[in-house]
Parts: sequence; C-alpha cells; structure tokens
Amino acid sequence: MTNATLSRRKSQLTKGKLPRYTVWVVLGAAVVLAAAVSALVGFSIVSWTIFAAVFFVAGATIVTATVEGGRKATDSLATYLVYGCFLLALLPLLSVIWTVLERGLPGISYDFLFTSMNGVTGAVDNDAAENGTPVLGGAYHAVIGTLQITLWATLISVPIGLLAAIYLIEYGTGGPLTRAITFFVDVMTGIPSIVAGLFAAALFGLLFGPGTRTGFVAAVALSVLMIPVVVRSTEEMLKIVPNELREASYALGVRKWRTITRVVIPTAISGIASGVTLAIARVIGETAPILVTAGFASAINWNVFSGWMSTLPTFIYYQILTPTSPTSIDASTQRAWAAALLLILMVMLLNLVARLVARMFAPKTSR
Amino acid sequence: MSTNSLTSTGRAGDSGDKIFSGATLAAGGLILAVLFSVAVFLLIQALPTFSADPAEITGGEGFGSYILPIVIGTVIAATIALLIATPLGIGVALFISHYAPRRLAQVFGYVIDLLAAIPSVVYGAWGYAVLAPQLALAYAWLAENLGWIPIFEGPASQTGRTMLTAGIVLAVMVLPIITSLSREIFLQTPNLHEEAALAMGATRWEMIRMAVLPFARPGIVSAAMLGLGRALGETMAVALVLSGGALDASLIRSGNQTIAAEIALNFPEAFGLRLSELIAAGLVLFVITLAVNMIARWIISRHKEFSGAN
Repeated sequence: MTNATLSRRKSQLTKGKLPRYTVWVVLGAAVVLAAAVSALVGFSIVSWTIFAAVFFVAGATIVTATVEGGRKATDSLATYLVYGCFLLALLPLLSVIWTVLERGLPGISYDFLFTSMNGVTGAVDNDAAENGTPVLGGAYHAVIGTLQITLWATLISVPIGLLAAIYLIEYGTGGPLTRAITFFVDVMTGIPSIVAGLFAAALFGLLFGPGTRTGFVAAVALSVLMIPVVVRSTEEMLKIVPNELREASYALGVRKWRTITRVVIPTAISGIASGVTLAIARVIGETAPILVTAGFASAINWNVFSGWMSTLPTFIYYQILTPTSPTSIDASTQRAWAAALLLILMVMLLNLVARLVARMFAPKTSR
Repeated sequence: MSTNSLTSTGRAGDSGDKIFSGATLAAGGLILAVLFSVAVFLLIQALPTFSADPAEITGGEGFGSYILPIVIGTVIAATIALLIATPLGIGVALFISHYAPRRLAQVFGYVIDLLAAIPSVVYGAWGYAVLAPQLALAYAWLAENLGWIPIFEGPASQTGRTMLTAGIVLAVMVLPIITSLSREIFLQTPNLHEEAALAMGATRWEMIRMAVLPFARPGIVSAAMLGLGRALGETMAVALVLSGGALDASLIRSGNQTIAAEIALNFPEAFGLRLSELIAAGLVLFVITLAVNMIARWIISRHKEFSGAN
C-alpha cells in the first residue's frame, strides 16, 4: 500500500512531462532529416540550416503537444521562436564583422595608414592588378579629415549640449520653454543625417555663396546630430546627482552657479564624459552629411575652413561607387574594406572608452 | 572691512550667477533656433523649385511628379524594414529581458547594441558586396515560383541590388533601436503582475502575453515609430545597395529610389535649380520624419503619464 502510493506519487511528478534530453533528440533528428531533404533539392548550407530550423521547431512543438498538451506546446513554440529571433539577429552582425575583417585585414599596411590618395590614378591600380606591384594609396587624408571634422563638431556641440542640459535640469522650472526644449531635443534625435547635411549646406550656401564646401560646414552638420545626444545623456546624468549635495552646498552659502560647476558637474562628470564619447562614436561614422557638405578630396587638407575634405566614410563610399580604376576595381575595393575596418575599430574603441570612463570615474557613492 | 568684502563678493557672485544662467538659457534657446532654422533655410533654398517652370524640373512635369515616386519608394523601403525588424526586434528584446540566463542577458544586450555601432556606410558596403549576391539566388527562385504576385514579378535582378535587399539592410539597421527601446519597456513591467500570472499557473509565454505585452504595447508602438523615422532617413545603405530607377511594383527588380539616396547620389554634382530641387526633396523628407518622430514622442509622453499612476 505504502509502496504503491510512493511509486505513484513519484510517477505523478514526472507524468506527462518530457525528459530533458527530448530537445536534443528532436534537434538531432531534425538536422539529419534536413540534410536528407536539402540533398534532394540541391545541397547547400543555407537550405540545410533553414530546413533543420523548420523541422526542429515543428517537431519539438508536435512532440510537446502530444505529450504535455496544447498550452505547453504554445509555450515551447514561443520559446523556440524567441531564441530563433536572437540567433537570426546575430547573423548579420557576425557576417558584417567577418566580412570586414576578412576583406579589410589584407589592405591594412603602413602605406595604407600613412599615405593619401594624392597622385594615385587608375593607371597605378591597373599596374597593381596586372604586374602585381603593391596597391598604392591610402586613407591618411581621410583619417585626418575624420579626426578634424569630428573634433570641430565636438567643440561646437559639447558646450551647447552641456549648457542646455544644465538649463533643463538646474534652471528649468517645467514651464513651456523647458517642455519645448525637451520635446524638440527628442525630435532632433530623429532628424535624418542627410537633412542635417543639407541644412548646413543651405546655411553656408546663403552666407558664403552657393557651393561652399569645407570641413567646418561638415562639422556644423554633425553638430546638429550630436547636440541632442549630448543633451540627452547629460540630462540623465544630472538627474541622478543627489539633491542633498546641492542643498549641502547651498547651506554653506555657495552661489548656484558655483554649486553647479563645483559640485554637480564633478559628481556627474564620468557619465557626461561617457555620453560625449558615445555621441562622438555616433557621428564619426556618418557619411551622408559629409557627402553634401565637405565634398571629396584625395589629398591631405589640414584646414577645416577652406577646401574640400575627405573622411573615412566618404572615402569608403567613393572607393566602392566610383573605383579609382574602372577596369580593375580590386584595388579600390581592398582600400574600401581596409578603411571600413579602420572605421569600425575607431567606433568600437570609442564605445569601449565610453564604458571604461563610465566605470572608472564613477562617483564614489555612500561607503 | 569684512562687511565690505561680503557685499562685494556678493555682487560678483551675483553677476556670475546671472551670466551662467543666461548662458544655459541661451544654449537651450539655440537648440530651438537650430531646429527652426533647419526648416527655414531648407525652405529658402528650396523656394526656386516651387516657383520654377514645371518643364525645367527633372522629369519635366513639375516638382509634384518628381517627388511622388521617390516618396513612395522611401515609404516602401521603410515599410519592408519595419515589417522585418519589428517582430524580430520584439523577439530579441523578449529573449534578453525574459528568456536569456540572467548572467548572460547583459552581455547579449551589449552584443545587439554593437549592431548600432556599425557605421551605415559599412552596412551599405556589406549589403552591396555580400548580401545582394546571396539574395540574387533567392530572387531568381521567387520570380520563378511566386512571380504571379506583383511584388515578386520577374525577371529578377542578376545583381540582387533591389528594393527588397535595401529594405533588409535597413531592417538590420533599425533592429537595435527597436530592440533596445522594447527591452527597456519589457524590463519595466511590474514584477507583481508577472509573478501573479505565474502563480496562477500561466506558462512563461502566457505570462508574457497577459502581463508583459499589454503593459509594453505603447512602448513597442513608439519604438517601431522611432525605427520608422530612422529607416525613412537612412541614406548610405540605400544609396550603395539599391540600383535605382523608375517606380516599380516589383521588389526584386532594380528600380525605385528613396529621397535620401536620391539626394546623396545627385547632390555632389548638382548646381542651380537641380540643387534647389534636391534641397526641396530634403525638406519633404524632413517634414515626413518630423511628423513620424513627433507622433512617436507623443505616444511615449502620454504613456509616461499612465505609468506614473501604476
């Protein structure tokens, strides 16, 4: 009697439930079956993967439905689909990174990093393709352009963004002006980058005559994109500065502006710095605004206030769209991917720096 | 002496206060002025187009018939992107917020955020060099087997540089936006709601459907709208991937064009009236994205008031 209840109770816990290894069994079966079906229609990795995924999801759902019931089956179907979404989202990321590494690494050399495209013509590229001479020309001018334009954009947008954020948090009283600024900063985040470029082009076109294209115009265009990001992140950081700090400062008789510059901002500086870095990372890869504001150059130009300039993104764009030598485009393609690798490294580095800054200089809160 | 210095420093500090608050106010006002002047300067530069003889506009039939096809093209590209990215983004966000092991969830979040860190021109190059040739095979199959549906009408593009490819690349680009915003909202779901659902015997999916999704619906809508705004204005991916042309119902043939790509491709060589035309096109794009973004922000702000009551 006792034995019977015991064994019955034990079986009741696992009754109607699939053992854990079921998933792996179904997965194995699906992979094998998919290989067979895929071989029938002409084998390829892509079709194999697709068939395997479909068979697995269908098979596992049906097995669950028959053993555990409809609700559990819906639940497991949802689980597989959600996992599938994530894996699917990883595909383009891996593909992009792999492509850039595979095609970009061969192009990275001392020459690529420290020479410009000045004097590199189609004939040079043809020579490289036919006689195997090294691919000449590099992205030095574009790197300089990128750094210069981004630097100027940062110089313009950081003070404006910082002060505006301070106004919103420290001085704003929730009146219509504050709400308008908050709302339009949010809206500004969504301005298409090409429209920002057109704005700068139109502004300088009116002021200095049509067709004015310099690095500085591009910097203004990038600032339009950068300011809202700086305001947003600074605002978030100022919000989390505890009010006690401000009140303690006021209690000592310190002026409001001294409180802000000496107490509030130093407390929030790590977050602000990392927000600014992320904003730089965002605009450094912009292509469209540069295209319409800074033109395109193949020689080094250190002066942002006169002459056309190249940046890494526009360099990539033009190397792909209009190869230096129309007959042997391999040299241009190689330069484009090498520049893409360089650009991605820059952006990743900035992102990493932002995270490190946020972590290292984080204010020491209560001990 | 001491009273003197007290009053004098007081005055100095006072002016410091005034200067500083004035500067912050000016910066805030400047932002409003910039947004306003974006519209004004674009309008000024675009004016010649609106007053020009219709025959002089590209296409020869006036600005309306020039802009309409590329507006439709822009909407098609953004729609494809959104149709792919919204369900996928919600799935990824759910994975990170509710399915992934807790320890790994944050890492997975960073990984998906990496998608946002890749510059758009690199996506364009990738779509042009890697994705398009792959998809060309799929398009040939689609044209052969589903060619009776207008959007898959053949002959399929040999290079794969079509609207559908551009839409897919755009989907990859807006995915991180939709994912990160929905993830934030999913994580804000009141724990008590979730636990209550689970305590009633709901499965994980039922809990998500009954507690998480209804709570997050406005957030998802606004995330999709912000993604839409990005997809509408995205330039480089389309400019590089799409081999543009006249408006075409089939998504697997070359043809169609978006406003942003049209501007980027033609602006460097444009002058005179053509320049003004492109700026007018930019103005149209600006108005469209502004409307989309304002609606999205409005939904978010309305939701904020609601969630405050919870």
